Amino acid sequence: MVANDISFVTTVPCKQLAGVIDAVDASPDIYHIPSNKEDEGMGLCAGAFMGGKRPAIIMQNTAIGVTINTLVTLTQFYRMPLPMLISYRGELGEPVACQVEMAVHTKALLAQLNIPTYHFHREEDVEELDKILKYTFMCNKPVAILTDASFWKGY
Amino acid sequence: MIRSDILKELAPTIAEHLVVCNIGLPSQELHLIDDRATNFYMLGTMGLASSIGLGLALAQDKKVISIDGDGSVLTNFGTLPTIANNVADNFILLIIDNGSYGSTGDQPTYAGRKTSLAAVAEACGCENVVECRAEDTVQAVKDAIASDKMTIIVSKCESGNIKVPVITMDPVTIRDRFMGAVKA
Ligand SMILES: [Mg+2]
Repeated sequence: MVANDISFVTTVPCKQLAGVIDAVDASPDIYHIPSNKEDEGMGLCAGAFMGGKRPAIIMQNTAIGVTINTLVTLTQFYRMPLPMLISYRGELGEPVACQVEMAVHTKALLAQLNIPTYHFHREEDVEELDKILKYTFMCNKPVAILTDASFWKGY
Repeated sequence: MIRSDILKELAPTIAEHLVVCNIGLPSQELHLIDDRATNFYMLGTMGLASSIGLGLALAQDKKVISIDGDGSVLTNFGTLPTIANNVADNFILLIIDNGSYGSTGDQPTYAGRKTSLAAVAEACGCENVVECRAEDTVQAVKDAIASDKMTIIVSKCESGNIKVPVITMDPVTIRDRFMGAVKA
């Protein structure tokens, strides 16, 4: 992320992404601002973008349900870039049944919203991250990067 | 005094600063009273004026004033702890508290009943919280600008709306024009 000049990252806690969130917090090149809800985080990112920074949000796929209105009426309507690094809970290896309920809707919702979506399942999928970030800021669109438990090698 | 009276009085004071204005009538009124490139009008997404303003203030040095409402702050209550814990001394949050959801037909909000937004902001850890009468809003904003301290102002006013046209400007135009003003 730092390589792509991303310097403003908002996060909502996630067990699967705890290590990433720690790294964001420790990075001297990133202003890390935890938010209490993902739509709030997207508002912060919209402001940071208009202030000249490249933002990103780290969240769980459950947040897609929370943020549809914000994605549509703020990020997409005003045509702003937003990389969404998403913990894709409810996939293979998931121990919590309730997570599957949102997992089965995740890709359908993202498709309905016309959000370019990438699914990181194997370790080498991460090689595309750089191109995905460049793509996001090239086209000024929100882009979803779903990272599942297999990618992170379990919980 | 109702919100549009406050905005009319306030317009010259905020004209030189970046303004993020709440969805619905507040944006439509500000657009009618004093349309400027330094105004970012929200056309949707109730509740996020304070979040957008904070993100903007943290990302650059110019002063940012978010004009919010009591109903919108109630919608995005999580914003107050985030503001308190991420101090941007170039940020002012002006909550015009008319105790009602003005844009949707003046249904009463809890802020007009038992809930004090100023007390909540203080409890969340915000350090400079000012509650004032509608008549004193301009002075409170001037003081906040002069203080160079992040300030939350809760301006208690009467509910009521004037007739204003909707904003027909394209959102990308609003955003692009605003970003030009941010960079200028
Ligand atoms: Mg109100």
